[in-house]
Amino acid sequence: MAGLRAFAAAVPLSMLFALSPAMAQTPPTESIQIGLSTDAISITAGFSGADLTIFGSLENPDPLIARQGRYDVVVVLEGPPRPVVVRRKDRVLGVWINLDSETFENVPVSYSVATTRPLQDIAEPAKYKQLSLGAQNLYLKPADETGSPATIEEFTAALRERKAATGLYSENVGGVQFLSQNLFRATVRLAPNVPVGTHKARAFLFKSGMFVKESSAQLEIRKSGFEQSVFRVAHDYSFLYGVFAISLAMLTGWLGRIIFRKD
Amino acid sequence: MGIYLPIAEISVNVFVLLAMGAAVGFLSGMFGVGGGFLITPLLIFYNIPPAIAVATGANQVIASSFSGALSHFKRGTLDFKLGGVLLAGGIVGSTAGIYVFALLRRLGQLDLFISLLYVVLLGTVGGLMLVESLNALRASRSGAAPVLKKSGQHNWIHRLPFKMRFRASKLFVSVIPVLGLGAGIGFLSSIMGVGGGFIMVPALIYLLKVPTNVVIGTSLFQIIFTSAYTTLVHATTNQTVDVILAFLLMAGGVAGAQYGAKAGQRLRGEQLRALLAMLVLAVAIRLAVDLFVTPPNLYSLSAAGLN
Repeated sequence: MAGLRAFAAAVPLSMLFALSPAMAQTPPTESIQIGLSTDAISITAGFSGADLTIFGSLENPDPLIARQGRYDVVVVLEGPPRPVVVRRKDRVLGVWINLDSETFENVPVSYSVATTRPLQDIAEPAKYKQLSLGAQNLYLKPADETGSPATIEEFTAALRERKAATGLYSENVGGVQFLSQNLFRATVRLAPNVPVGTHKARAFLFKSGMFVKESSAQLEIRKSGFEQSVFRVAHDYSFLYGVFAISLAMLTGWLGRIIFRKD
Repeated sequence: MGIYLPIAEISVNVFVLLAMGAAVGFLSGMFGVGGGFLITPLLIFYNIPPAIAVATGANQVIASSFSGALSHFKRGTLDFKLGGVLLAGGIVGSTAGIYVFALLRRLGQLDLFISLLYVVLLGTVGGLMLVESLNALRASRSGAAPVLKKSGQHNWIHRLPFKMRFRASKLFVSVIPVLGLGAGIGFLSSIMGVGGGFIMVPALIYLLKVPTNVVIGTSLFQIIFTSAYTTLVHATTNQTVDVILAFLLMAGGVAGAQYGAKAGQRLRGEQLRALLAMLVLAVAIRLAVDLFVTPPNLYSLSAAGLN
């Protein structure tokens, strides 16, 4: 599987420093940049998943901390937000029926994470909750917040579990690698059922367990090919599509009779 | 060879679908039924989402009933007037069915409702047919002449008002049961993705006393239009008709139907009915088992805001 590659352009900040006297007095702070070489990717209908490589750079890293490996980077590719209903089946008179449900607003359809180390080794769990970072810590807002917290928690866990089971929420520990003191490469997984729409690539920089900076870029994922044209016609020209489906059926029935005529 | 279905959004094997279409076509040619009641459950067993299986099943039914209706039109065994009145009822029933379909989908109960309807209807029809055909087989084995019910017997249906004359069927009957029957079949067509021939044919024969020779042609005629209407409404309101899936099934179906018809001529009527009854019951039992077996995942996700 050929990886899809997007390159970041490292901006030489040293020139800007000379022009900014205020910056000269305080020690330079670290920041992070990612950039994508393209703002849109087309995938075909037969797409069976791929790795997306994102390059990025650290600016003004402290060489000592970098040598000790105390810089950590978390890169997230987040799909478009959609409302989702989670339903639970229960047994009624022996039959399994969808009974309870919980609706969540703005749930990212997909959420792929790549990290330098396991998330729990990078920072405190409370930090991730605060940043809403990671598939397990991502804040999922119930549409009706008056429900019992236990129920909401149960359905939130089920939502995360179902998303992970279908490969839409994934975590790639070690997916971010430093190529030099400044340059890093992140590999996030695109699931075969990756949704179309505007995705957001975000990179989080941590220094010795403390969150420093975030940077983001947008990526449009489109589907192309014959099947996608059919899908688009079915949604945009649904009436004509229906008429076509009926005509096709009649034509097939008529041709079938001519070809296999017996009376 | 794999193919990606644009609406169902899954990859399937072309040959499995062609074979499925051919097998159902073979059976429908053999037994003279549309096959919608077999296609939809088979698609569900093949992991096609039930909403798409139903709408696509309705589309596939058009092909087989159009092909069959053409033969009956040629032979003159088709009552257009009766078909037209049935169709008027069918449009009303189908519209109501689509509304219920969208409502159930929003409530997350669509899959359950489709399975329940299939289990109840196929179980009842299959059970009755099996009992009837086994009795007939036993009677013919013991050498007794089959007891024929007297035709022309009138029941409560013939006392209803608003009578209408149907020349081709030699019938003078109230339009109320005709419209009602059409509406009921239309409702089932939009929720179950069936043509409804397996209910329409016995209902026309036993309830309305329509002569057997025009029953199949008239039933097929009305099924073409009810399924066409159902397909169109599903395509516009739910976007659940998958033409690629439907075409593969139709292509296999029209070929299989010819061989089925040939095979059917070699079997006796009661044997044929007993076989069909067992097939119908098997599908009903398979669907019923799924309702009671603990599902691998109790939780399911669906997009909110389908309304």
